[in-house]
Amino acid sequence: MKLELAGTIDVLIAFLLAPLLPGIINRVKAVCGGRRGQPLLQCYHDVIKLLKKGAVYSRTTSHVLRAGAVIAPAAMVAALLLLPVPGRRAVMSFTGDVVLWAYLLGVARFFTMAAALDTGSSFEGMGASREAFFSALCEPVLLLVLLLMGMHSSGGPVAALVAVALIIVLLSENSRIPFDDPNTHLELTMIHEVMVLDHGGPDFGFITYAAALKLWMYGMLFSAAAVLPVFRPEGWLPQTGVFLASMVVFAVIVGMVESLMARLRLTRVPQAILAGGALCVLAIAFALR
Amino acid sequence: MPIGAIVAIAGCIAGIIPALHVLVSALPVKHPAGILVDQLSAFFLFIILFVSALCALFAARTEKRPVTWFFFNLLVASMALTVCASDTILFLISWETMSLASFVLVIDGGARKASRDAGWIYFVATHIGTAFIIIMFMGLGAFPGANGGFATVALVCALIGFGTKAGMMPFHVWLPEAHPAAPGFVSALMSGVMIKTGIYGLLRAVTLAGGAPEWFGWLLIVAGLVSGVFGVVYALAQHDLKRLLAYHSVENIGIILLGLGTGFVGLSRGNTALAVLGLAGGLFHVLNHAVFKGLLFLGAGAVHHATGTREMDALGGLIKKMPWTAFTFLVGAVAISGLPPLNGFASEFMIYFGSFGVLRGGDMSLAGIAAVSVAGLALIGGLAAACFAKAFGIVFLGEPRTKQDQARPVTEAPPEAVLAMAVLAASCVLIALLAPLGIHLLAGPVSVVFAGGGIDIAQTKAELARAAGAYTGVAGIFALLLIFTALAALLRHVLLRGRRVEHSAVTWDCGYHLPSPRMQYTASSFAQPLVSFFRTVTGTLRAYERPTGYFPGLSRFSTRTGDLAWDKFFAPVFSAAAAQLGRLRFLQQGGIHLYVFMIMLALVALLIRVFW
Repeated sequence: MKLELAGTIDVLIAFLLAPLLPGIINRVKAVCGGRRGQPLLQCYHDVIKLLKKGAVYSRTTSHVLRAGAVIAPAAMVAALLLLPVPGRRAVMSFTGDVVLWAYLLGVARFFTMAAALDTGSSFEGMGASREAFFSALCEPVLLLVLLLMGMHSSGGPVAALVAVALIIVLLSENSRIPFDDPNTHLELTMIHEVMVLDHGGPDFGFITYAAALKLWMYGMLFSAAAVLPVFRPEGWLPQTGVFLASMVVFAVIVGMVESLMARLRLTRVPQAILAGGALCVLAIAFALR
Repeated sequence: MPIGAIVAIAGCIAGIIPALHVLVSALPVKHPAGILVDQLSAFFLFIILFVSALCALFAARTEKRPVTWFFFNLLVASMALTVCASDTILFLISWETMSLASFVLVIDGGARKASRDAGWIYFVATHIGTAFIIIMFMGLGAFPGANGGFATVALVCALIGFGTKAGMMPFHVWLPEAHPAAPGFVSALMSGVMIKTGIYGLLRAVTLAGGAPEWFGWLLIVAGLVSGVFGVVYALAQHDLKRLLAYHSVENIGIILLGLGTGFVGLSRGNTALAVLGLAGGLFHVLNHAVFKGLLFLGAGAVHHATGTREMDALGGLIKKMPWTAFTFLVGAVAISGLPPLNGFASEFMIYFGSFGVLRGGDMSLAGIAAVSVAGLALIGGLAAACFAKAFGIVFLGEPRTKQDQARPVTEAPPEAVLAMAVLAASCVLIALLAPLGIHLLAGPVSVVFAGGGIDIAQTKAELARAAGAYTGVAGIFALLLIFTALAALLRHVLLRGRRVEHSAVTWDCGYHLPSPRMQYTASSFAQPLVSFFRTVTGTLRAYERPTGYFPGLSRFSTRTGDLAWDKFFAPVFSAAAAQLGRLRFLQQGGIHLYVFMIMLALVALLIRVFW
């Protein structure tokens, strides 16, 4: 295991800038839709406002609901320590660290699902059920993507296939269109948002911030998948510049996908995820050639 | 406390110390009566005794029948003897004693038909397995060190025979029948520990056969993936909590076989890292599965004892009545899903570590096996997390789904039972956090299996030491995860201090008034998307009576999930066998004199054969 204390700066950057990503995505969507859109810093306002509130808990709920809201951000922070900015080292790195990273996200998801079931609401149960379904299918695709990204030997076609598979997984895992739509007004059609219907106050602030961190980390993966096959930036400032530029590109791509695509029918979602898996298998075949 | 429980606990504690001594000191213990305790035996012996002691403690207050305790102790003793026997006959005798003792425990007094039927299936399955084991021993005994055809037959017989005991698909059919039928602490013992003697036997068979060829490793990988993925898919479709856990044993045996398979393939390809880490990961998972599956079955037993039902769709909200059981069950659920910061992740990580290390080493010829095991483990892990979110969420969270029986209030399990579950839950945490210090202990058992395979103990230790480096990072993140969680909880506490906090609101019902507990999501509805996605495998049958007319009456919906291996293979084979063997009924007339006559005929025939 290697420790890299300079990596804590990248963690702090993530803490500071993560809530900006949803802002950029929403701005891109607004521009595409001909609207002016909410402020870029809306997510910061939301989190701060929520942290200032009191709390309302259903009498059906137990400590599990409260635990879910604190475990989700804790798992995300722990996971952040394992992800490097392209060209640099993460705070902690060892063989197989990406597996632990993926499973830390799994912990957060498990407790979010448990918290949803804790409310006894059928809507939240439905959201948890769908989350369980899609994430179980995403898991092998994600691990294959991470395995392929660690192989390095990959040339152009492999890198392209991996990047597309990664985008499929990250859109599904971060509850974005075409897999999930956080903006509908119908609880029946949402997945992530419906699971947290009964969270309020600081708890919901934690969950919202954890979701932003998760999106940021997938952005880091995207950045690594897109930048590293092309070139390896040297020096702190160029690395940071390239990284932040790729994060903006990432947010714009997600925003464009959301603007240009409709939501998939629920029965089509597994097929889309399996298509990502097929791309990974193809990439492995290319890499072995 | 019943004397049987005291004897069991005292015996287990007395046995654990020498087992640990052998494991740590690497000095095998030998006895001329056919006993050899080397490090592989000691490893399994430790697991058997540790979990057995806690199972006995769990039932110390609730189980009063002396017969049950007698056979419980017999089962523990025969399991211990099975892993210590170095003599074929002694091994078979203790193996058979183990099967019979557990059979008596499964039929549970024989008063209920369901238990008798389950016991019957188990009885037949375990003896078919034993038959294959006897064939294997005869083959290896008649042709020691044989290679080619005989070794192939012996290894396949070993896989079928020991795989039946372990619950490997498609020979697992007895497991989901027998485990729910037995009392909770017995199913914990059977599922957590007894099926592992199958893994032990398989490893011994491989060393007896002089090592495993590469195809055998691949066979184990395929069997592991089939057991792992389909075990958890079937588990998702279950409504009965203990049946669900039984299918998860099939899944975890799959993970163990996957580890052993990658180990054997690595060995024959000359990749020391993959060989050692695969086998060590499989063995580590044997320990971890014993701990968390023991814990989960004890929890299920406590729920069954308190509520009188194992139907998940009839339960709900038990966390308020049984907080300790709920908390320890949650620990077990997170552990079995392979999630940090618990021991389930620790052993799965070792197999991942081997696969990722292979690719980092640039050995592209093994990239296929790495990709297969990584994707397989990830899918199994994701499905297991879904299944345990369902099991824990439906049983312990929300509101009770059926009316409570006022005459029989649901209460927490007795203190002994809570203590047993708490020790197992604490073990789940401790094994994970102490893994960097402890995994070198796996070098002993691994080198026993690889003796004569070209990997010596120094190489094994070197590989495990490299893994220990990564485990330091894993344990560090585990500790940080716990610390961050505590900090986040503290932050919330500070934020909410002095503010208005409402604890008695109703769940937001999206504008509908008067939500009733019956409107909650159930285990069936939670698993429905996944089950229908895998319906070609599970063959789940749905029965649905729609509400009709202007004033609809009651509507009905039910699903039933059979078992493909049972419905499509074993049931037809057995009914065909019964039909064919029925032709021999004329021999069974019921008259003693006729039987004596037949015995005499057989004796005469044998005498003629001997003296001719």
